[in-house]
Amino acid sequence: MDLADLRAIADAERAARPPAEIRCCTAAGCASADAPAVLATLKTAVAAAGLGDRVRAVGVGCMRLCSQGPLVAVEPAGALYQKVTTESAGSVVAGLTGGAVTAEPLDPRAPFFARQSSVVLENSGRIEPERVESYVAADGYLGLYRAVREMTPAEVVAAVTASGLRGRGGAGYPTGVKWATVAKNPGERKYVVCNADEGDPGAFMNRSVLESDPHKVLEGMAVAGYAVGAAQGYVYCRGEYPLAIDRLTTAIKQATKLGLLGTHVFGTPFDFRIDVRIGAGAFVCGEETALMASIMGGRGTPTPRPPYPAESGLWGMPTLLNNVETFANVPRIVRDGPEWFAALGTPTSPGTKVFCLTGKVANTGLVEVPLGTPLRTIVEGIGGGAPGGTIKAVQTGGPSGGCVPAELLDTPVDYESLGTIGSIMGSGGMIVMDQTSDMVDVARYFMEFCMDESCGKCVPCRAGTVQLHRLLSRVLDGTAGAEEMERLEALCHMVKDTSLCGLGQTAPNPTLSTLRYFRREYEAKLHPGTRAQRLRLPMVSANGPGGHAP
Amino acid sequence: MSAVTLTINDRLVTAAAGETVLAAARAAGIDVPTLCYVDGLSAHGGCRLCLVEVGAGGRLQPACFMPVAEGMVVRTDTDRLAEYRRMIVELLFAEGNHVCSVCVANGNCELQDAAAATGMDHERFEYTYPKRAVDASHDRFGIDHNRCVLCTRCVRACDELEGAHTWDVAGRGAGAKVVTDLNQPWGESPTCTSCGKCFMACPTGAIFRKGSTVAETDHGRDRLQFLVAAREKKQWIV
Amino acid sequence: MDRLKLATVWLGGCSGCHMSFLDLDEWLIDLAAVADVVFTPVMDVKEYPAGVDAVLVEGAVANEDNLEMILKVRERSKVLIAFGDCAVTGNVTALRNPLGSALPVLERGYLELADDTPQIPNEPGIIPRLLDRVVPLHKVVDVDVYMPGCPPPADRIRRVLEQVLAGQPPHLEGADLKFGSGR
Repeated sequence: MDLADLRAIADAERAARPPAEIRCCTAAGCASADAPAVLATLKTAVAAAGLGDRVRAVGVGCMRLCSQGPLVAVEPAGALYQKVTTESAGSVVAGLTGGAVTAEPLDPRAPFFARQSSVVLENSGRIEPERVESYVAADGYLGLYRAVREMTPAEVVAAVTASGLRGRGGAGYPTGVKWATVAKNPGERKYVVCNADEGDPGAFMNRSVLESDPHKVLEGMAVAGYAVGAAQGYVYCRGEYPLAIDRLTTAIKQATKLGLLGTHVFGTPFDFRIDVRIGAGAFVCGEETALMASIMGGRGTPTPRPPYPAESGLWGMPTLLNNVETFANVPRIVRDGPEWFAALGTPTSPGTKVFCLTGKVANTGLVEVPLGTPLRTIVEGIGGGAPGGTIKAVQTGGPSGGCVPAELLDTPVDYESLGTIGSIMGSGGMIVMDQTSDMVDVARYFMEFCMDESCGKCVPCRAGTVQLHRLLSRVLDGTAGAEEMERLEALCHMVKDTSLCGLGQTAPNPTLSTLRYFRREYEAKLHPGTRAQRLRLPMVSANGPGGHAP
Repeated sequence: MSAVTLTINDRLVTAAAGETVLAAARAAGIDVPTLCYVDGLSAHGGCRLCLVEVGAGGRLQPACFMPVAEGMVVRTDTDRLAEYRRMIVELLFAEGNHVCSVCVANGNCELQDAAAATGMDHERFEYTYPKRAVDASHDRFGIDHNRCVLCTRCVRACDELEGAHTWDVAGRGAGAKVVTDLNQPWGESPTCTSCGKCFMACPTGAIFRKGSTVAETDHGRDRLQFLVAAREKKQWIV
Repeated sequence: MDRLKLATVWLGGCSGCHMSFLDLDEWLIDLAAVADVVFTPVMDVKEYPAGVDAVLVEGAVANEDNLEMILKVRERSKVLIAFGDCAVTGNVTALRNPLGSALPVLERGYLELADDTPQIPNEPGIIPRLLDRVVPLHKVVDVDVYMPGCPPPADRIRRVLEQVLAGQPPHLEGADLKFGSGR
């Protein structure tokens, strides 16, 4: 495989493309709304109408407005349809020849679509995720080619550093610095790991990317492997994403067959193999040390850092861990140079970020915007606000994040700004809440999540979240007083400061941020009585037969 | 291996590079409380009792894991640490069913000692009174999960010293517990050699010798260290 | 100075703490020289008096009588000392708590384990009803001093009382905070 071969694949793919294409989303959201049957109907209708040589119906990835799926797009006409059913699918085909379309149209110029960017999601909803040729025709693997044939590993690291790309998994650590550290740490072998254990409630950015454009992530990992000197990569994907795992596996097979992965990538001495490792349902395995323990076949529990994975990771070797979206940004940075990327977003948070808008918002789905975009633009401009109500708060960063109150919606969404107001960027979940949400209940929900997902290794997370959950429950059921509130806050700080890994260290965040912005809601629920009264005395239920049960 | 100098509680302390802060502190006679750590076994980092403040920002790090570094500044004795340590012990008492007065390990229990050492005169959290089982199927030992603090010392002793790896951890969060083999009764374990190292390693009365009653437990912890010294240093004196 | 008004109270416990109090031996004579014991289970006093300077409360709060008593004790006493492990932690008295509530406990004790005539005792007004959960004192009222131990050794009791007599807020630390029996 060399550049000419790659071009030939792209050219053949483009030449085979008929003038019109009907694209049906087959990512998990639409698939769960019957998209595979809709796609089959579309294909049958195309054949039945005798349009086979001019039109083709293909399954593509996510078109972002997940709540309205299955989505179907007609190109180059630019028409878009929502909630397409097997009944209405045929009419989309008929529409190509002047027939009436009964499928519900969607305006692609609506703010939800028009105000978004396309970097990470540039191919989503456009290419066929199960065909490498489709990705190659979208200039896929050109970045890897450039890296291994035209750049030294140090130059690749320098390009990533110059782009200013920061980790999209949540913490925002500078990617270039991480790559340089792994590249410079000595080790007889090195590893590249893609963290696809997306577990935050309300987050599905990574799933969408893996289901819509898996090769982009593989290409990014291969570039990373070349840059840091690794020959083996792992994608650690949660078991709850069967479609993503299928597509990744298919993509790895196809890329290996073409010599884009495996031995002698693009005919160079660089070898890079990628294997998929499937998580077994533990949220904590998204934490890097737990993730690595799981890849090595052990129980997925975290270990204290230092040592960091960059120094001693998988099997004690230097290991580069990045998130799906981070890797997905890499191919274009290498292919087109770091400057265009650095020009997007803000100086300290360059590039775009994909968010998942869920909750009390008109448009539920995937949103990609430059970093630094005000939260209001995302939830009101693009998301369309809370239907029939007003937004009360937006939870960012999932169970590790915080609730941003409505009065702070003009905060630009970047790593620093969200940190200043007590939340985090996180991996990109955004849950919108309106006036019907009880913020103490919200805090308890997230605490319950962390309590259930604690691995049990360290005491503050294992036992502290249980006590925090109890205290929040007491506030909610009206049996907490000022004393319990004081305990709650003290324990929040203790769990945050003393827990072993990120799960416990951030578990108190939703509680702390709701205490910061919605303390009135807590205080309104407090019981003014004595300790005995708060316990709901006499604490007697039934004392057996004889009728003296109260 | 070179030596480094660090400051612990305003005292200059010399340690070998690669040593942990815990080892350096103890060698200098500075006490750092521990529960999941025991000499002779690998560090676990789970109990968080040995957290110390490192650097100007006072970042908390487990002394049992943290390697010493030249010029490192460590504090083991701040008010914040004292309060957090007490809370950790309280959390442990609240999550299990620990009744010192009727426990085989009364008087020989590291959790009981930790409560006194951290000034825990009462429990400020809610006792959860979990329903936990007792496995008495082994002919010489038993395990009462009500008293288990999940330090995994048994797991490590069995794996690292005996090489049997009969013990491991199953479940997660508050439901996590130590299990023998694939969570079968201990007495039916085909891998257990009945060596008793898990019992020696246990800090509480969770793993007990059958036939012993209240306050009769002598873990014989020094035998673990003796074994490690004999194997690794080829010496008969610990 | 007025003589100290001292009381001891026995809630849900085994009386072992009171036995340990009696282990103060000849110091009890010194104590009697400066304090009046105004209420205690070893005296025939029906009503807990007002104006008690210090009270040692043994046992956990396990039934309705205990509850009524501890509320009264708190109201009428200056320094309330949680006396022994049951008062401090619930201890053996609270061993029944994992069973969930009162009824399963009574069923276990009076029906399942009965040798003959299984029946749950039921004499309203005579036999106090069990609380669903046994709780240590501080879950119900403010406690001024916690004196752990099952029972607290006599010299630990003496250390606390000496501080009370000296008019200091009592404070225990180190080995004096050990739960369970022994030193």
